[in-house]
Amino acid sequence: MTPVPATAPVRGPRRRHSGTHLFLAAMALMWLAPLLWTLYAALRPKAVTDKYGYWSLHGPFGLGNFATAWTQGRMSAYFGNSLLITVPSVVLTLALASMMAFGVSRFRWRFNITLLVLFTAGNMLPPQVLAAPLFEMFKHTPLPYSVSSSGTLLDTYYAVIAVETAFQLGFCTFVLANYMKALPAALTEAALVDGASVWQQFSRVILPLSRPALAALATLEVVWLYNDYFWPLLFIHNGDRLPVTTGITNLQGQFLLDYNMIAAGATITVIPTLVVYLALQRHFVAGLTLGADKG
Amino acid sequence: MPVMQRTMTPPATGAPAGVSGSVPPARPRRVRRLSRRDRVVLGLMVGVPTLIQAVLVWIPTLLSVGLSFTKWNGLDLADIRPAGLGNYSYALKEYPPFWPAVAHNVIWLAFLALVATPLGLLLAVLLDQRIRGSRLYQSVFFTPVMLSMVMVGIIWQLVYARDQGLVNNLLGTAGTPGAVDWFGDSDVNLWAALVATTWRHSGYVMVLYLAGLKGVDPSLREAAALDGAGARQTFLRVVFPAMRPVNIVVVVITIIEALRAFDIVYLINRGTNGLELLSVLVIQNLVGEGQVIGVGSALAVILLVVSLGPIVYYLVRTFRRADS
Repeated sequence: MTPVPATAPVRGPRRRHSGTHLFLAAMALMWLAPLLWTLYAALRPKAVTDKYGYWSLHGPFGLGNFATAWTQGRMSAYFGNSLLITVPSVVLTLALASMMAFGVSRFRWRFNITLLVLFTAGNMLPPQVLAAPLFEMFKHTPLPYSVSSSGTLLDTYYAVIAVETAFQLGFCTFVLANYMKALPAALTEAALVDGASVWQQFSRVILPLSRPALAALATLEVVWLYNDYFWPLLFIHNGDRLPVTTGITNLQGQFLLDYNMIAAGATITVIPTLVVYLALQRHFVAGLTLGADKG
Repeated sequence: MPVMQRTMTPPATGAPAGVSGSVPPARPRRVRRLSRRDRVVLGLMVGVPTLIQAVLVWIPTLLSVGLSFTKWNGLDLADIRPAGLGNYSYALKEYPPFWPAVAHNVIWLAFLALVATPLGLLLAVLLDQRIRGSRLYQSVFFTPVMLSMVMVGIIWQLVYARDQGLVNNLLGTAGTPGAVDWFGDSDVNLWAALVATTWRHSGYVMVLYLAGLKGVDPSLREAAALDGAGARQTFLRVVFPAMRPVNIVVVVITIIEALRAFDIVYLINRGTNGLELLSVLVIQNLVGEGQVIGVGSALAVILLVVSLGPIVYYLVRTFRRADS
């Protein structure tokens, strides 16, 4: 250890970071290259890349591949399906998780911590551990054909929404319980003195105060559920009902070796997440790191 | 990937419910003091989510364990026959892809732990300095975190394609017999998939550590600097240990992500030919023709038992802290 003059600024003078910049710039280039390569291929007609190769600068460039991928790939239907799964799942998850979190964090009873621990653990399991029993449970649950074309819970959105909700419930409950536990007890005490019922304490006091956590979780869950591949893959076999993330893999079969078209389809699929990223990045990062910064 | 984050530290307002002993100034209310109507409402608020969680998560987990000791083709419930440990001995001794899958899972974990996670930490430490363009760099490294692993796989398929891909064009091998099919060649495809996974995982770890670094009390660094510690010493001895909660989250995420890895290898080739993983073998035994639910469940239980390690470690760390 070398002694430091007492006048030295705490984190040192603003040093030149040329080595750091070189490293970061190289890494950033490596990080961007796959995205740019995909976008570049998507913008070029296949005839051009067949002639000159993908590693070339020849035009023309255009959005033709996007239009073709959108219509021939039936992507509007996939997007609609994603919406039908994602929106109810996120709403249900947050509604149930906030009630559960309220119950375990604001009240003391015999098993409240045990339940919270079990909820937390459930979300950490690899989904494949539950796959076989859930698949068989749904396969052996008869439904009228007017509700489900398969006559069972398989191939229905109910199955996917239910499992997505149950699987995300643990994480959201855990985050919200921590958040609600940190709210001063005096708040609900005051409401209690005013004669507020449990439901009023929840809906008028705790829930409004939990808005930042709910906003962060909603953003995070929308992206996660939109991105989920596994549960729709397991439960939905009718190709017309798949959400985008699972259905996009059909494009690979459909546009066999037409990399331009696959690149265009991939780019279209990424757009909603990029919109969320640009508009709500703060919430998304807050969701990912909720409280980790307070550790 | 939905993996649990460590969230807030125990709040200053008091110990969580269920802890006996001295009474802190403010603590959750006892249920007993509620009116009957309030108790019913509270019971429903807790009961409905618990029922959903039980039916769709805990019970299926137990059923997996049960099914792993049976022989069943998945058709008629009456056809379920006890099989003892037969499925396990088949998986361990006769099922050809089992040990390769275990080896691949271990490699997956080692690669994430030794390359992807440290890279994320390095990026966070570099970007936490007062450096020009830090936010721009952060955005670049964070972008893949927004993408699904399926998108990551599709994008890297374009990068890795034999004649059309970026990598072989950069290497100058595209269009020649020397071109490597990065996702197709069983000698290299595991590593190629790991590079693609790192592209996403490092950004995730970076975000967690950036938050962790911001949370480190600046006076700790000041004290270390006054004591004459260099930048490296300050980081290793002071800053890194102070980020303990984040470190726990990152360790758990790294292990769990290695056990959960599924999407990208399933996308590439359904997890065959050099890309076998335990998670994929479970599904192969569940869906393909000639369903062997028992064997698939035995593999699921093995995956479950391995996963319980990091899960229990995390729960103990998190909830014991909250209790003390």
